[in-house]
Amino acid sequence: MTDMMLDIKNLQVSIPTDRGTLNAVRGVDLSISAGKTLCLVGESGCGKSLTATAIIGLLPRYAKVTTERFAMAGQDLTARTEARLAKMRGRDVAMIFQDPTSTLNPTLTIGRQLTEGVMRAERLSRKEADARAIEMLDRVGIANPAARLVQYPHGFSGGQRQRIMIASALMGRPKLLIADEPTTALDVTIQAQILALLDELQSDLGLSLLLITHDLGVVASIADEVAVMYAGRIAERAPVKDLFRAPQHPYTRGLLAAIPVPGQTPRGSELPAIPGRVPGLVGPLKGCAFRDRCSFAGEICGQDPVPGHAPAPGRFVECHKAAEVAA
Amino acid sequence: MSEIPVETARPGLWRKMRGNTGVLIGGTLLALIVLIAILAPVLAPHDPIAQDLTRRLLPPFWHDRSVPEHLLGTDHLGRDYLSRLIYGARVSLGVGLGVILVSGAIGITLGLLAGYFGGKVDMLISFAITTRLSLPIVLVALAAVALGGASLTTLITVLGLLLWDRFAVVTRAAAQSLRHQEFITGLRAIGASRARILFLEILPNMRATILVVVSLEVANVILLEAALSFLGLGVRPPTPSWGLMISEGRDNILFDPWLIALPGSALCLLVLAVNLFGDGLRDITGPARK
Amino acid sequence: MLPFLSKRLLVALLVCVTVSALSFGLMFLSGDPAIAIAGSGGRAEDAEAIRVAYGFDRPLIVQYLDWIGSALTGDLGQSIYFNVPVTEIIGNRVGVTLTLGFVSFIVALAIAVPLGVAAALRPNGWIDRIALVIAVSGQAIPSFWLGLMTIVVFGVWYGMVPISGAESWQGYILPVIVLSYYAIPELMRITRSGMIDVLATDYVRAARAKGLPMHLVITRHALRNAILPLVSLAAVQLGQLLSGSIVIESVFALNGLGRLAWESLLRSDLPVVQAIILILSLLYVVLTTLADVLNATLDPRLRGAS
Repeated sequence: MTDMMLDIKNLQVSIPTDRGTLNAVRGVDLSISAGKTLCLVGESGCGKSLTATAIIGLLPRYAKVTTERFAMAGQDLTARTEARLAKMRGRDVAMIFQDPTSTLNPTLTIGRQLTEGVMRAERLSRKEADARAIEMLDRVGIANPAARLVQYPHGFSGGQRQRIMIASALMGRPKLLIADEPTTALDVTIQAQILALLDELQSDLGLSLLLITHDLGVVASIADEVAVMYAGRIAERAPVKDLFRAPQHPYTRGLLAAIPVPGQTPRGSELPAIPGRVPGLVGPLKGCAFRDRCSFAGEICGQDPVPGHAPAPGRFVECHKAAEVAA
Repeated sequence: MSEIPVETARPGLWRKMRGNTGVLIGGTLLALIVLIAILAPVLAPHDPIAQDLTRRLLPPFWHDRSVPEHLLGTDHLGRDYLSRLIYGARVSLGVGLGVILVSGAIGITLGLLAGYFGGKVDMLISFAITTRLSLPIVLVALAAVALGGASLTTLITVLGLLLWDRFAVVTRAAAQSLRHQEFITGLRAIGASRARILFLEILPNMRATILVVVSLEVANVILLEAALSFLGLGVRPPTPSWGLMISEGRDNILFDPWLIALPGSALCLLVLAVNLFGDGLRDITGPARK
Repeated sequence: MLPFLSKRLLVALLVCVTVSALSFGLMFLSGDPAIAIAGSGGRAEDAEAIRVAYGFDRPLIVQYLDWIGSALTGDLGQSIYFNVPVTEIIGNRVGVTLTLGFVSFIVALAIAVPLGVAAALRPNGWIDRIALVIAVSGQAIPSFWLGLMTIVVFGVWYGMVPISGAESWQGYILPVIVLSYYAIPELMRITRSGMIDVLATDYVRAARAKGLPMHLVITRHALRNAILPLVSLAAVQLGQLLSGSIVIESVFALNGLGRLAWESLLRSDLPVVQAIILILSLLYVVLTTLADVLNATLDPRLRGAS
């Protein structure tokens, strides 16, 4: 638990629906070291946002969440209570969301929204909190921050709002920042700026960053480590260079079909389409979830459990045919 | 784990209850009442306005003093209460239907014009809607009926002329959204006449919406008719209207409360049926909202 | 905010003018108000005398301008029945209606809003189920009948509270219960659905991510936004409570405006009816305009660029 900012083993999230229980996250292991960036990639619906939301404890109450081990920012939360997690939110761990146009309350001033968390949690005075808000707004590149505090969100552009959201997340000086597709809703040029800002803040402040994205260009430019998620499980996990150089899971291979190189993959490039469909996650699932779309698939792929391998230090891949794929 | 109650993928209780079950229960109940109203001459054991002063204020069957030929007793003039209740359904439904025909025609036409043409037409009609909404409806209806001479025809006309607002509001919104859809633009391009587009193309496309408003308004009209009749300025005696029966029962409220309880319950049941049906329809046809 | 306000006020003014013309014109529905006053069985000479005395022989537009001109100076004419100024009669009665309307309104809000919020916090929970029953029954039960039934049950059977008149404050208990029950369903529904919408928004999630406790998230972030649609509806409901209390006033024998209007209708005291319709309409216009202004101050987006 020394320098681990986040350490999760066997995270499961299930959601009751009309058709039965949706096992959206089916046993995810994740860890992030202090000051590192982990990118969680996957198609929409693979459970990556649910994973992030479960970590910060903001899933709706009807979602059932279990973990075998859960430690965050030096605290063991395995037998966690909502109260303990609530205390950590905004202070040890903060989150920024996808659509900055809807994450700011339209009826409250920027200043109020930035300061309300820390004023309560750290018992700061109005003045102290305002001073910190100005500092953070300045830090994220909002010009003339003092004057902005009394303004309402509707006067700001999407990019500015996302900067404000980032400032808001930084207010409590968190150690871990979770960013759930923070640039998806923005223009391409703004996307680059926001990512550069996140990257810069991460190294300046020594933050650990969990970045959810489906943009491989983003991954290539910002990640230290990458976890590829498919149908509620981690298919492959590797340092970013290793993953791009030698993907070991057929799904990762499919994603990297063009064999992009870190730094050369243009930002904004979507995950390439892989033929076939993701299996439904309602009810139990037997064998490898990817086998219907996999060119390596064989008889054995229908069997449980799908074996995990560690082909190199720091790497992990879950595949029946890992040896064949690597060859 | 979390306390945040975001609307779930499961349909909410309200939606379920007022959705399919609502339509089912409301619809069945409503059909039953309509059937009773239609078959009133067959079902009613007595003439609803025939008086028998020797048998005044007989109690309903659960009472010791009740007589078998008057199952629900008699009123202060010795008229059979069950028969009056049965015929009362005719008045409530008849007024409801009559008013809806008038108000629907006015409201739908205005709404269509406002929504389709926009601009000045829309401004004018929207203004008319705002004005209408600001009138105290019960009072204006009372005054109009009082001055126009109380009769079923006046009642229906007055309420019809007053209650078109919801039709107009809903139709206007629907027409606005339909107006820009491709098939309408296409029709305009091939030179279809405005009247044709409005009444033969746009109108049929809002059947579901209008049906919902109809049911909600019918409930509204039934309650208003009852209130006006209760105040003595709606249906004239001796016509058996539930509101009127409640009013006539007031004098005997102390000793024979069933005279009020029975027609009132009938009224509640009918309005409940119409509301359940209408709300259910709205949930089924409308956009996925709670 | 200014252009929005001035436009809103202009519309309100136009509505006022139209409404005044309508309430004036309503009296000519029967054709000849003089005959209405004299009674259909009255003698022709009487009708003629009335026609001259009240100026009904003048052109309509002149009569209207005369009426509205006086109304603007606070003169709503003479009551035909009591032969005293209409304003005087109304002044004596308006207190009861305002008390009844406002108290019922407050009671309805005090019940509907917390209940709607609680129902929204746990959709399908037991509070939600109770709220549903209250809403469905409240919309189906005619208030005048409910009034009579409360009289039967509370007043007669148990002798607990006065069943008519407003001589003491207890006389208001039953009417307030009945009227607020009438207003609760819609207020509660809009609170509930507004709350459910707002609780699902990203900014509520973001507020929770900041570590705000749930009660602050609800009061500061959710309620404030959920209340926006409620404000408009509340204004409409208050208007309806004030103008719709006519039936309740008659059930509970309360001497308010509504009962006055009803009695005046029955004795063909047209100037009083006209005045009451005008006053209630104007009240409604004022209330809805106020609601719009209130909404604009609550929602910075409506204030224009800040």
